[in-house]
Amino acid sequence: MRDRILAFLVLLPSVLAVGVFVYGFIGQNLWVSLTDWGKDPAQALALRPELRFVGLENYRELFTGFVDVRFRQSVVNLIFFTLFFMAGSLGLGLLLALAVDKAPRGEGFFRTVFLFPMALSFVVTGTIWRWLLQPQGGVNALPTLFGLPPLSFPWLATREQVLAFDWNRLPFYTAFVVGLVLLYVAYTAHREGEKRRAFWGLASAGVLLLWAFAFGRGLKLLPYPEVHGFSLALVGVILAAVWQMSGYTMALYLAGLRGIPVEVLEAARVDGASEWQLFRRIIFPMLAPITLSAMIVLGHIALKIFDLVFAMAGLDYAPTDVPAIYMYLLAFRGNQFAKGAAIGILLLLLVAVVVVPYLATQLRKEVRR
Amino acid sequence: MRKWLLAIGMVLGLSALAQGGKLEIFSWWAGDEGPALEALIRLYKQKYPGVEVINATVTGGAGVNARAVLKTRMLGGDPPDTFQVHAGMELIGTWVVANRMEDLSALFRQEGWLQAFPKGLIDLISYKGGIWSVPVNIHRSNVMWYLPAKLKEWGVNPPRTWDEFLATCQTLKQKGLEAPLALGENWTQQHLWESVALAVLGPNDWNNLWNGKLKFTDPKAVRAWEVFGRVLDCANKDAAGLSWQQAVDRVVQGKAAFNVMGDWAAGYMTTTLKLKPGTDFAWAPSPGTSGVFMMLSDSFGLPKGAKNRQNTINWLRLVGSKEGQDTFNPLKGSIAARLDSDPSKYNAYGQSAMKDWKSNRIVGSLVHGAVAPESFMSQFGTVMEIFLQTRNPQAAANAAQAIADQVGLGRLGQ
Repeated sequence: MRDRILAFLVLLPSVLAVGVFVYGFIGQNLWVSLTDWGKDPAQALALRPELRFVGLENYRELFTGFVDVRFRQSVVNLIFFTLFFMAGSLGLGLLLALAVDKAPRGEGFFRTVFLFPMALSFVVTGTIWRWLLQPQGGVNALPTLFGLPPLSFPWLATREQVLAFDWNRLPFYTAFVVGLVLLYVAYTAHREGEKRRAFWGLASAGVLLLWAFAFGRGLKLLPYPEVHGFSLALVGVILAAVWQMSGYTMALYLAGLRGIPVEVLEAARVDGASEWQLFRRIIFPMLAPITLSAMIVLGHIALKIFDLVFAMAGLDYAPTDVPAIYMYLLAFRGNQFAKGAAIGILLLLLVAVVVVPYLATQLRKEVRR
Repeated sequence: MRKWLLAIGMVLGLSALAQGGKLEIFSWWAGDEGPALEALIRLYKQKYPGVEVINATVTGGAGVNARAVLKTRMLGGDPPDTFQVHAGMELIGTWVVANRMEDLSALFRQEGWLQAFPKGLIDLISYKGGIWSVPVNIHRSNVMWYLPAKLKEWGVNPPRTWDEFLATCQTLKQKGLEAPLALGENWTQQHLWESVALAVLGPNDWNNLWNGKLKFTDPKAVRAWEVFGRVLDCANKDAAGLSWQQAVDRVVQGKAAFNVMGDWAAGYMTTTLKLKPGTDFAWAPSPGTSGVFMMLSDSFGLPKGAKNRQNTINWLRLVGSKEGQDTFNPLKGSIAARLDSDPSKYNAYGQSAMKDWKSNRIVGSLVHGAVAPESFMSQFGTVMEIFLQTRNPQAAANAAQAIADQVGLGRLGQ
């Protein structure tokens, strides 16, 4: 009993501190995002600003308002950045890990070299890569070393977009993608013989897809077409981010590869498995949990990205904009505190979507233990 | 013995307090601009030796970081004694409307500043019958820079209107110059826009844009975006990757013929690049703005609740004085806001700017905080991005008007 009281007392300060400084402030931020703080310049920076409750107005403006086109581009940028950054880091990390794993000599050396970028902060990485990606120097000047004409790709300065789509089709695309995912869920449930899950998966997928094709295409978020796409200027930022984080995935994969029992591999080889079959049937499945945890870490880094873009392209360049940067611009330059808070909440939700399921499974595992 | 020491210590401490106290000066003048501020502080210390001056500088050009820090401090109830701010709406639309500044008009009358500063400037820093900050310097925004030797080589003259500019641009392109106009990142593009818009609208309608009498969606204002679009076609495609210095470098290296930038470019070319103003490089009002001086100004204000009010007022007195301004400005590369400053302390560019400052029509700069509040200015960057992405004058005009409505641009000006 005394132990428990002692434990409680020892924990109390940190519980209180976390309660106030984390959850309390999240709550306050949520409240601010539902007000009009910043709309009226006379109230924006007053000593005791009067805030009026406006409900979800700030969120509505962000997604469908006329002047917040830049926020929508930043969301599209964030999605593409996250996808390519994760794919790049995981792919390159795996390749590096396989290479280092196969080279018994100099392994320690290469491991250090590849892991080294992770020791830098994103600001340093960003500054270095900004120099490398200058329009008239760095990477573009590389071919001149071999007597070739320099490249002229404007890495960070291009305004070109690919994979462009109309923002108005967003409901359609969302419903379509979610529908496909549900179909897949139904399919796996069917294969595992779970009839009820398969049925509900199929039914909800059907409803969603039906809705998407019947109504989703006619739904208009904005009264005019608004095109967003993958900005090619982001390629430079993704390069730098992958460079920074692939050493980390390499380390994870290397540990994973070392964790595969040699007996299993040898047994498979004796059974006549080809090298590809080894990868496909044994190595990749055994690396899956590592891939998942790497995705969690990379995912939340990608969603929160701010410093790298800040260092590479600055705050004002919309083609490489991400929500965190737009939030900073709105709140700390434009005094639009409520809208900035709304973006903050959206980012929190996004990160939660990535992290919470992971935490939940981890927690469940621990309880079982 | 110890008691004695303690008593002596207390007496000394108290007397120091009585003599001076402190003065905290908040600014973003670091690097090249640091020495100018330090000279001003030295002058202050000579006059008020008992005061401990705290130089609270937050680095970052144009106050990008400092403004965020200042906001945090003000919202947290810990204002510095005085802070640097762009004179005009950046101060008024942010801090004055929020009732956080003290009215300085009594100080202006007392020091005779109503006569010392030109009326156009006094108008820009006045709001609702008060005057809200003391301008320490003046920069000019609408200046076009070029190398006379290069222009002679190409056989062109500095254009006086944007039509002339576009014709010159074609000539230069035919001579193999890929981008006759050197341009840099987003804010320098806004900077170019304000020069174009001033030329297209003229000073009266330029002012009307900011007091709400002329809408951004008015055909006249839309035309500014049209002309701007054609001017952009003469500029380099990699603009987004260049700082303003790199854009000036293009002109200096002869890769471009013109650059529109504020007169800190003169400081950069004179001090850093060691060029001689007037011979190695030259300047003209940006096309179509001859006789108009688009100004921006750094100034100091007195926040309500400043802990050392009297010391701050002494500081403001110094900042607005002839002596203070002539100490500060030659080092900073700007000119004095006062009309009676001593031309012999300035270089060729400074003297020409001083002449224009006394004779020209004065209007305020948008990008540098004179005519629009922060809430508009910061979102104007988004308008610029919309235009650069779509190249649609009407879309940009609509967006600008939407933001103006949202932040109540017209309401503030009245």
